[in-house]
Amino acid sequence: MRGFSGQDGRERRWTGLDRLESRNRPPRSLLVALVLASITLITLDVSGGGSSPLEPARRVVGEAFGPAESAVAAAVRPFTAVPAWFRSKDDLADELRDLEASNAELRGQVELAGFDRNRLEQYDGLTTAAEDLGSALVPARVVALGSRQSQSFTVTIDAGSEAGVGPDMTVVNNDGLVGRVLRVTRSTATVLLVIDPDSTVGGRVGSSMEIGFVTGSGSLRQEAGLDLRLVDDASVPSRDDTVVTWGSATGPYAPGVPIGTITEVYSSLREATQRAVVKPFVDFSALDVVGVMVPSGAESDRAVIEADGSLR
Amino acid sequence: MTHLRWVAALAAVVVALVVQVSLFPHIAWHGIVPNLCLLVVVAAALTVEAPFALVLGFAAGLTLDLAPPADHVAGRWALALTIAAFLAARVRQDQKPSALAVVGTVAAASFVATSLFALSGVLLQDPTMSVAGLLEVVLVAVVWDVLLTPFVLPPLMKLFARLSPQWATS
Repeated sequence: MRGFSGQDGRERRWTGLDRLESRNRPPRSLLVALVLASITLITLDVSGGGSSPLEPARRVVGEAFGPAESAVAAAVRPFTAVPAWFRSKDDLADELRDLEASNAELRGQVELAGFDRNRLEQYDGLTTAAEDLGSALVPARVVALGSRQSQSFTVTIDAGSEAGVGPDMTVVNNDGLVGRVLRVTRSTATVLLVIDPDSTVGGRVGSSMEIGFVTGSGSLRQEAGLDLRLVDDASVPSRDDTVVTWGSATGPYAPGVPIGTITEVYSSLREATQRAVVKPFVDFSALDVVGVMVPSGAESDRAVIEADGSLR
Repeated sequence: MTHLRWVAALAAVVVALVVQVSLFPHIAWHGIVPNLCLLVVVAAALTVEAPFALVLGFAAGLTLDLAPPADHVAGRWALALTIAAFLAARVRQDQKPSALAVVGTVAAASFVATSLFALSGVLLQDPTMSVAGLLEVVLVAVVWDVLLTPFVLPPLMKLFARLSPQWATS
């Protein structure tokens, strides 16, 4: 196998130098070809927009990688629970106290939010008449997260078209809005989180019913939050107000899903608009179980949580 | 032998990608994870001939662009990893690279690849991100990649060297 063995040291040195030279000269033509290929791909994808010619390729790669990601996530899951075993009674007592405090605070919020929600429901009931808002939830787990290096905040969940999930469906967890489905494969789906800088959600301030747009800030920290800009320049959102999705039955986000609370309000004199920071209810750095809102009665390969809370 | 090498290299890329998106987010720092695909490409660039490393860099980047959680413009990682592979292949010498040279190459390749990806994002206005945020991402990514180098690079370089005897660096 070794073509250069069995020669004397001097010879080997010369061939070594030869090899050094040939090796230190990576082919420029190949580099140029590959760089041009990359740029072609970028151009195709950018100009294609929604119906990009690379969507089929993404789907094929997704079909291949989806099951592998689900399997690795399932194998890793028992180990991520290990740190929870090494906690002392003091830690647990502390946590209990914190949880009790936040529970009381949340209960207060929920009581107020219920009032707002009722008003919203009445409003929706008036305008959309007999529109059926009841939807079912397909439970799913997060199996893969996009890295910050890739600059997009997307996750893969282990429910796909076989579970009844389709593009543009709303994804929630028990705290509030998580994001929307971008594309699906048979067994997995890619979800765009609301904290992604490219994500814009129609939001409604709970107490004043004012509408605006909630944009992602591009940070996993909960305090960094989301940006809310109201459509009506004159109205000033108040602190600690709840923001819910404005939504529509046909658009990507279902109406009335809680997004977060307003923590700070800035008014910009130059733009004559109000900007508010919204702290999301969902902790995006610890996403695990999520639900995808599907139309009630949809076909699925797993148990579906119906609008009235029953399992089907 | 070449076929076997391709199979091994692509298998390494697939394993790296799946581990990178499914395992490392649990221990990520502010969502920044080590770029294992880049480590596979650098290992190839340091051991086998340059054309193989270049094409592997392109293939690994394309997989990163298309595999599920990704939603950026496809081709950006392919561009970044091809150029990183080109630079890493230039660094290599005839002798087996010393540990310091390997770590230095990984750090440089990681810096170049992540920065190129970020710069292509700025040019395409794919996501609008602040410069401070980009710098943080680039620096933390370099630290992560260097930290994982002692565990990932030696076995991969041994594997590539064994599968390509004409280039073996004893």
